Amino acid sequence: MTTSTPTQPTADQALPDEDVLLDVRGLKVHFPIKKGVLIDRTVGHVYAVDGMDLQIRRGETYGLVGESGCGKSTFGRAVLQLEEPTEGEVLFDGTDLASLRGEALRRQRRHMQMVFQDPLGSLDPRQTVEQLLLEGMRAHGLADDAKAARARLSALLDAVGLPKNALSKYPHEFSGGQRQRVGIARALSVDPKLIVADEPVSALDVSVQAQVVNLLEDLQEEFGLTYLVIAHDLAVVRHISDRIGVMYLGALVEEADADDLYTSPLHPYTRALLSAVPVPDPTVEDTREQILLAGDLPSPANPPSGCRFHTRCPWRQATRCDTERPQLRVVDLPGTPAGHRVACHWAEQIASGELRPHDVDMELTDQTLTAGPVDTTLGAKGLTDTLP
Amino acid sequence: MTTQASTTAYPSGAGGGEPLLSVRDLTVTFGRGGRAFTAVDHVSFDVQPGQTVGLVGESGCGKSVTSLAIMQLLPSRGNTVSGTVSFAGEDLLSLSDAQMRDRRGRDLAMIFQDPLSSLNPVVPLGTQVAEVLQRHKGMKNAPAQKRAAELLDKVGIPDPTRRLKEYPHQLSGGMRQRALIAMALACEPRLLIADEPTTALDVTIQAQILALLKELVQDSGTALIMITHDLGVVAGLCDEVNVLYGGRIVERAGRHDLFARPRHPYTGGLLASIPRLTEERGRRLTPVPGSVADNIPWDHGCAFAPRCASEIGVCRERTPELVPDRPELGADRLLRCHNPLESNPLDDAPTTEESGA
Repeated sequence: MTTSTPTQPTADQALPDEDVLLDVRGLKVHFPIKKGVLIDRTVGHVYAVDGMDLQIRRGETYGLVGESGCGKSTFGRAVLQLEEPTEGEVLFDGTDLASLRGEALRRQRRHMQMVFQDPLGSLDPRQTVEQLLLEGMRAHGLADDAKAARARLSALLDAVGLPKNALSKYPHEFSGGQRQRVGIARALSVDPKLIVADEPVSALDVSVQAQVVNLLEDLQEEFGLTYLVIAHDLAVVRHISDRIGVMYLGALVEEADADDLYTSPLHPYTRALLSAVPVPDPTVEDTREQILLAGDLPSPANPPSGCRFHTRCPWRQATRCDTERPQLRVVDLPGTPAGHRVACHWAEQIASGELRPHDVDMELTDQTLTAGPVDTTLGAKGLTDTLP
Repeated sequence: MTTQASTTAYPSGAGGGEPLLSVRDLTVTFGRGGRAFTAVDHVSFDVQPGQTVGLVGESGCGKSVTSLAIMQLLPSRGNTVSGTVSFAGEDLLSLSDAQMRDRRGRDLAMIFQDPLSSLNPVVPLGTQVAEVLQRHKGMKNAPAQKRAAELLDKVGIPDPTRRLKEYPHQLSGGMRQRALIAMALACEPRLLIADEPTTALDVTIQAQILALLKELVQDSGTALIMITHDLGVVAGLCDEVNVLYGGRIVERAGRHDLFARPRHPYTGGLLASIPRLTEERGRRLTPVPGSVADNIPWDHGCAFAPRCASEIGVCRERTPELVPDRPELGADRLLRCHNPLESNPLDDAPTTEESGA
């Protein structure tokens, strides 16, 4: 967890080069909206990821949080080139992945693996655990020596806490938590440097969730892994991450060390998000003040102008907010480290209490909600993660 | 039921009076003979008018089956329901289907987890909300539509008249859940059962829906049964909490008591499993080991024993009973454990009192 180097980045943007494993610059993923039966016409785009800059250091856990539809999963997939970026660079260990094709890209995949949300859906039901684990190893020439491969398999099972006899079993024979362990073992089988975990625990029961969170932490220490954890549960993300980025409608709105983000959130959206998380402590629940956001996430096919959050922001100002898109910047506040960046024009004034929150006009947010014909379902998550 | 759809506001909080809903020894068994599985096992609890009672537990603990059994929504074939569910003095389990239909939606209503699959996709929203009013209150279409618009407005759906003509897919997840709440509240039921109403929603939307539920319960005096796996939701909403494990209630307490002094090792384990925003970072989570698949049957001892850190010899020999815990904790505090926790498992962990927000 805390194996990352304690050095703070000094410059606003760039971290020291040798430290950075993943460097994403200006990444955009736009999906076309097609219409027409015989001739496909592109009538618009869904701006799923729209200008993401992000660096992850070696051995670090970077948590990416945001609500459904904010583009966090698409970002994770685009980093691994599972989704073709529309624009931007993904520098992985110095290589630009976006420029790689075919065999060269396939070879790189060994170093970056993914753990999916739904452990049943992401494991082939007709493969045994042995076949599941060996497939990736064979593809990267790690299973040429049968004896060594067997030893590796049992080491993998050991690492993720599965019994030896698991090798001959099929995914349906396991419980949810064990399946997720299989998924993690599969990601580990090719000895990757980076693991992108997309909602790794949200489909699991609370008690099992904690087991998997602990496992991820142990594995990081043992194998020196770097994680990009994508999740909507802020408490989990805060628990496992060194640094956290908060996403809203395709871009980061705030980025900070885990502790800084939770003790002094600067962006209005981060504040609202943090205050919305139910705390399992009645005394805290009774006394704390919640910032209730009005309305839903606007359509990413028709994002609001200026600051994407201005339609729901309780601190919205008459100027700049709706015309000028704020960039991530270091704020000029005492006690705020250089690594804490926020995309808000008025962050200083809000932090000092000079600006007060006001009511948000519901009609305004409603307009944006129904403006696009495509994606009104985005307010709810898919069925797979609604399991308690 | 001789009184028609009562609109009287009830005093909130648990009074000494007659409970609105009284569930006694509710047992639901799926299948027959050797392959029978008891999903809910002698569950008893009361709900007072205006009270919010929580049923908490992980998947497979029987919390949803309990609610479906109360609403008589379980399929009639292939399962056996026994015990009594008395609602305002009347046993719901002995009613005929037709009699039950008269009560569902009027006296007791339910909100489901997945709002999209609970709404009819090919019927406009207005018709779906108005249907309840027409069925139970005998309203004509035009006044029912007007009332439906008022209801949508009450639950915070902007521009309700336009929404009446829209279909469920045109609404966002939060809006759909609001519409479902509007339908449930249309006849001002005396009991509302909410089965994981916010699990499918994002945190900011969840906060909106919870605030709405809290407000409605306070304003109308509706009793609420809140079924959830999220202890955070329970902490903010429920007056009394029942923790379920393996189909049985293992602990019952008021919410302040439960969170301050969890007595059952399962409750303690759940509380220690969740990372909190308000604590110092770096505490290692202490999960409950194993999974529900490790349970032993209740008649051979305590179902939780194989996963329990406080297990003692007797746990696998004698079934613990749900009995009042120590008198100093109050008579309402029930516990089913041979070797309860003496101290809060979180007390040795460093916690900060203030909320991070």
